[in-house]
Order: sequence, then C-alpha cells, then structure tokens
Amino acid sequence: MARTLITVPASARRGELIEIRCLIAHPMETGYRRGDDGLLLPRNLIRRFRCYVGDELVFEAELFAAVAANPLLSFWLRAEASGTLRFVWEGDQNFAQTEHAALNVTP
Amino acid sequence: MMRRRNALLALTGAVLLRPARASTEELRAAILAYTGGIEPSPGPVQIDIAPLVENGNAVPLTVRVQSPMTPADHVQAIAVFNQLNPQRDVARFTLSPALGRAQVGTRIRLATSQQLVAVARLSDGRFVSQAVDVVVTLAACVE
Amino acid sequence: MKAALLLALALLAPQDPQDPQEDARRSGFETMSPALQAMQRDDATNPAWLWVENGRALWRERGCVRCHGEAEQSMRGVAARYPAWDGRLQRPLTLAQRIQHEGPVLAADSEELLSLAAYVGLQSRGLPIAPPADVRLDPHRKRGRALFEKRVGQLNLSCAQCHDQRAGEKLGGALIPQAHPTGYPLYRLEWQSLGSLTRRLRNCTAGVRAEPFDDSALVDLELYLMERAAGMKIDTPAVRP
Repeated sequence: MARTLITVPASARRGELIEIRCLIAHPMETGYRRGDDGLLLPRNLIRRFRCYVGDELVFEAELFAAVAANPLLSFWLRAEASGTLRFVWEGDQNFAQTEHAALNVTP
Repeated sequence: MMRRRNALLALTGAVLLRPARASTEELRAAILAYTGGIEPSPGPVQIDIAPLVENGNAVPLTVRVQSPMTPADHVQAIAVFNQLNPQRDVARFTLSPALGRAQVGTRIRLATSQQLVAVARLSDGRFVSQAVDVVVTLAACVE
Repeated sequence: MKAALLLALALLAPQDPQDPQEDARRSGFETMSPALQAMQRDDATNPAWLWVENGRALWRERGCVRCHGEAEQSMRGVAARYPAWDGRLQRPLTLAQRIQHEGPVLAADSEELLSLAAYVGLQSRGLPIAPPADVRLDPHRKRGRALFEKRVGQLNLSCAQCHDQRAGEKLGGALIPQAHPTGYPLYRLEWQSLGSLTRRLRNCTAGVRAEPFDDSALVDLELYLMERAAGMKIDTPAVRP
C-alpha cells in the first residue's frame, strides 16, 4: 500500500466549489533511466486515476511518464450532497489502490 | 547504492535530444491524432507554469479552461502535450459537469526547455488550445 | 575578488541573530524560485509530507510514543540542537543516527529512518538552529570546518570555494546556494525522493570526484555546517531543486 495524502475540505456548503488534492508515493519510473549497472530500470508508472462521488465517476486522469514521481493530482468539485469520495489509482506491475474520504455538505 | 554521476558535466544538458523541428512535427501530429484531425482553435485555455524552471523533475502545472461546466456547456477533456520529452503525452484528463470548474493540476517532468500545449475538448465538439514555452535549467527524464 | 573574500569572512564570522540587517546568510528556501517555495509551503502537496505522515505512524508503531509521549511536545526543538554528543558512544551523532539505534535498529537512509527523521525534524520547524555549547563537540567542529575548507577530489575543489566564495553565482544553470542545512531531511527534486544531509554530502564529494568521506568525517562536517547556520530557522521538511 503506497502512502497517500488526500486533502478534501471536511465540510462544504451545497453548491460550493471545493478543491481536492491527492498525492501518492510512487516512483513513476519512466523506463528511460539506467541503474548503477547500466541496465534500464523497468517502466513502472501509475497509468490511471479516477475519482467517484458515490457511484458516479466525476474525474479521470490518464498519466504518462512525463508526470513527476509521487504524483499530485488536483481538481475541483461542486459540493452537492454528503457522501463518500472514492479515489482509485491503477498502474504497471498490477498496482491498484483505493482510498476514501468523507465529504459533509451542509444546506 | 549511490548513482555516481559527474554532477558538473550533467548540468550542460548534453544528452540525446531529438532535433527541435522533428519534435514540433511530432507534437502537431499527436495533437491532431487526439482531435481526430481537427485543428484546435485558440480558446480560453490558461496554462499556469513557471516560465523558468530550476529542476525539470517536478514542475507544477495547472490548466484551466473558462467554462460554465453545466450539462449543456462544459469541458469534456483536457490533454497536455510536450515537444521534447521522450514521448509527446503528458496527461489526459476526463472531466464532468459535476466538477464545477474546469481546472486540473499536477506536477510534470520536463527534459529540457520546450513548448507545452494544452488541448481541451468542449461539449459542443469544438477543440480549443493554448501553448506555452518553458525554460528548464536542468534536465529530468533524459539522463 | 575582494568582494568574495569579504562575503567569505562575513559568512564565517559568528552571526548575531539579533541583528538581521547584518546577517548575509540566506537559506536555500530564500534563494529558490517562487514555484518551489510554494511547493514547500503547502503541507497538503509538499511531497516530503508523504514521509512525515509515515513518520507520524511509525512513531506509534515502533513504540517511540511509549517513552517519549507525543512528539509535538517531547521532540520540540530537538532537531535544532543536533548533531549532539552521545555519552554512551562517546562521540557526536546526527539526529538520524540517534534515531537509528533507538529500539530495533533501522538501516541508514531507509524509508523508515527518513520518515522518522522528517517527523521529528518537523517538530523544530520555525525554530532557530541551536548548536549545543558542549566543549566535547569543539574538536569535531574544528575538524568539520577544516574539511569544509579543504580542496578534495580530481576537481580539487573545497566546499568553501563554491558555498562561501561563489554562493549566489551560477554553476551551469543552477544557482550556487550558501549550503545551510536548514531543511533536512528534504525532498530533493533531483532525487525524486526524500533524502538526508548525509546523502547530499555524498553527492557533493562524488561531484568533485573525491573519495567518499567516512562516517565520522560526515558527522563532523554536519556539526560545522550547523554551527555555521546557527540562528537560522529550521524549515524541515524542505523542498529543494
């Protein structure tokens, strides 16, 4: 399980725009670098990130080698109803991780 | 095990880079492949990135497209392309009206000074884009 | 040349922290670009915080909390006064070395050790570096200063030639910092990871093609660097290019 740092406001007013920031520890190895032995280090990237509000997919990112290590993704969300946000990362070498965050929306 | 590296030589950035002109054509080809052959028009796409970067390993990038983000009128997707990294794609984002604001942020790698292009697909089928030039003083991907 | 000598003398002379106008010292944070400063300032997106949060969890998992209680109280100011004399081993130790041998031994520069060092270092953020006035450290500080001023390696350069005399000038496209270790362990973009001052010093000696300094030399050098930076504020966990 990679370390993650997810920043979601604890609560928001209905209709308010909130910023969500997700950081995950991952080398994002490009496949272009060489190790001390001169051999290419194998590609190991997070390929896809998704954010669900309840069951609804609201945001998706397809990542390539040009995304920095320990990738940060930030995006916005219009707070509609209290619920659970689900964040899913998938990548090379069968990498898969899901995290949740609660969002409290006040009327 | 420390990777022994002549730190002083590496600073010259003298690595195997493609000639700039060939990459500009590849960049254009990548953008047109994304849009299905449609030339993007200039539009309200804003790329926020430092014009001068100290280290190309993690460069903060924000792309914002002015849009009401309603079901009838919103940004469906934003794709970011580069000119001189080993490959043209940086990231492709899929958005929805639920976001309320068409703004995405991440940190990217830049192998050298180059151009970045952000292309947005709007819900009416149009493509809009913006380009910026970034100066990088230390290389990232190509080591 | 004279200006460089004056700057060198200014940097080597003991600084009066009460007199900020006279203090010509600048941390790496101050000489970074605004974009990198913003990256460091935002705890929600500073990549070093992945290690800090890991350190917070390890503080409990490894049982540090049993003897030391909450780190926010017990570890406040600790990083600011390291390296310090260790009575048991009868030599100076860096903070990382001190943590390393508490409980089950952690490997040097391991993810766990870095995480704990980052978490403990955070508890001194904003506090001035306060080298202990311990006479047993004096010969080691002296040796550290001698190492700082000694030409080494195939490139035959001393730390002082770049970081005292040419700080603020450019090496390739990069600005030469004054090299005050205010933010360690820090997320160095070049490493794409968090790393220790020891790792950074190893990079420097490799960069001038010198034989690596041994562990005791590295501790003495760190002792000198912290004395040289006395009074400057800790900004762990930092970001640097």
